[in-house]
Amino acid sequence: MVPLSWYLTLAAALFCIGIYGVLARRNAVAVLMGVELMMNAVIVNLVAFWRYVQPTAIGGQVFAVIVFAVAAAEASVGLALIISIYRRRNSVVADDMSLMKW
Amino acid sequence: MNLVDFQSAHLLVLAPEFLLVILAAVVMGLDVSLPESRRRQLGLVAAVGMFAAMALALIFSIPNGDNALLFGGMIRNDLLSFVFRMIFMFAGAITSLISMDVEGLGRRGEYYALLIASVIGMNFMAASADLVMLYLALETTSIGLYVLAGFLRDNDKSAEAGLKYFLFGAFTATVMLYGFSLLFGYTGQTNLYAIAAAIQNGSVPPFITVVASVLIIVGVGFKVAIVPFHFWTPDVYEGAPTPVTAFLSVASKSAGFAVLLRVFVAGFQGMALRMPGASWLPMLMAISAVTMTLGNLLALKQNNIKRMLAYSSIAHAGYALMGVVAFSQEGVAAALFYLIGYVVTNLAAFAVVILFARVSGSDEIADYAGLSRRSPPLALAMLVAFLSLGGMPPLAGFINKFFVFAAAMRSDLTWLVVVGVLNSIVGLYYYLIVLKWVWVKPAPEGASPIPVSRPYVFALSLLCFAIIFVGVVAAPWLDWAAQAAASLF
Repeated sequence: MVPLSWYLTLAAALFCIGIYGVLARRNAVAVLMGVELMMNAVIVNLVAFWRYVQPTAIGGQVFAVIVFAVAAAEASVGLALIISIYRRRNSVVADDMSLMKW
Repeated sequence: MNLVDFQSAHLLVLAPEFLLVILAAVVMGLDVSLPESRRRQLGLVAAVGMFAAMALALIFSIPNGDNALLFGGMIRNDLLSFVFRMIFMFAGAITSLISMDVEGLGRRGEYYALLIASVIGMNFMAASADLVMLYLALETTSIGLYVLAGFLRDNDKSAEAGLKYFLFGAFTATVMLYGFSLLFGYTGQTNLYAIAAAIQNGSVPPFITVVASVLIIVGVGFKVAIVPFHFWTPDVYEGAPTPVTAFLSVASKSAGFAVLLRVFVAGFQGMALRMPGASWLPMLMAISAVTMTLGNLLALKQNNIKRMLAYSSIAHAGYALMGVVAFSQEGVAAALFYLIGYVVTNLAAFAVVILFARVSGSDEIADYAGLSRRSPPLALAMLVAFLSLGGMPPLAGFINKFFVFAAAMRSDLTWLVVVGVLNSIVGLYYYLIVLKWVWVKPAPEGASPIPVSRPYVFALSLLCFAIIFVGVVAAPWLDWAAQAAASLF
């Protein structure tokens, strides 16, 4: 069987790629994709931990399913917000969102 | 801690939340069935419903003191969560009242329904004793608030605020979730108290608890707006509809503190702190000092009152954090008491801002010139709210700060108290500048009085009374907070 550490490494790599996407991309949709990638890393983590640490308890699976559901809700709200701003400005690039500056 | 010991009496604990769910549905139904001319009353329905939920909570849901874990360990029925739930419902009710006359907001049923959904999420944030529940509650709160911040679709600033809030929020919540997954992996548990026990057994490497606590501070730090997770605050506060800003600044912040207290002081991180090799406390102390200082200094040069209040709310998060890092029962009580005072004070300040912006269409501080002659009662409410924010006796802000500082002193954090006191002086300065515009500067030519409708009169008088009452008769409130703090441990 593939050892647990491989899964954890995969999840950590996914997570880091996601963070890179969030911090480096200027397009709001790309940032959202980065967040989704981070969510997926968490789900890989949860399912791997569940399988290797506590396969008899259901907690890890339930957690993973709930993260799925929340990720879907979050993505739909996020896309709605992106569309509402796109309709006003024809742009979803973060640099253009500078009406307010500190 | 299993599902078998479910009793129907446990449902009473959640009676206010059930009522809130029904209320959200009723508000949506009324939105469809009421004629356009009577839609304004939606806000009244929402506010009365939330006050009713508070009454219901006081009748049925006062915790009996056994601090039991209910619903399979998802909820902890203790006084701390009860006090926080009351705070959220109060903030929700007042926010509904002060939204009623706001253009594009006050007559929309879905606005109130989202607000109520956020309140429900916050209630569960304060009560949750399980990672799954905590995450779900946090997202229930956040998703509603993202939409509320961007609610005015035809307003460029509001749309921008919604998107910024969403991107920051989703990012930090996911970082926190990664910390949760690590905790679950190393303990095999999702219950906060089972995790605490596992950490006490030494089955989690100290390195992992440190990593997890940093990741969780990112998520909670976003909610309470502490440095360095405060970047969203001024932009979102300025852009979001003002009632939503008011709600964000008090309820969302308090909800973050509820999580902070449960997870870090009483929960597994508090447990970890007593173990060698894992410590987040110095980190939070530094954050507290930097948060106060940065918030206050940046507030000094703001011309927009909503931005100024945003930076001031960052500074206040720093003060309240002092109670958390005092890391004692007294500190928890002080932080809780601080939040009670801050909620009523900041809501009053924002209520005035809303009323003023309705007439003048402006949030610039300079436009407040001569408010004392245009509308003396409004200027008086502003005086009470801003002096309380600045920490003047005999108002709530003074006594709140006093107890937070005292708790920090008892924990030998003298340097932090010195930073706090210096910061209060800086804070007082910019609050007084606003009051100078209101009371000293003459009104512009042809300025008319500002009309205040009845719900606003009620909300403002209730809040001002509460500010003075909390400040003068502090003992019962503090006693309540102390009992709540004791129930946490």
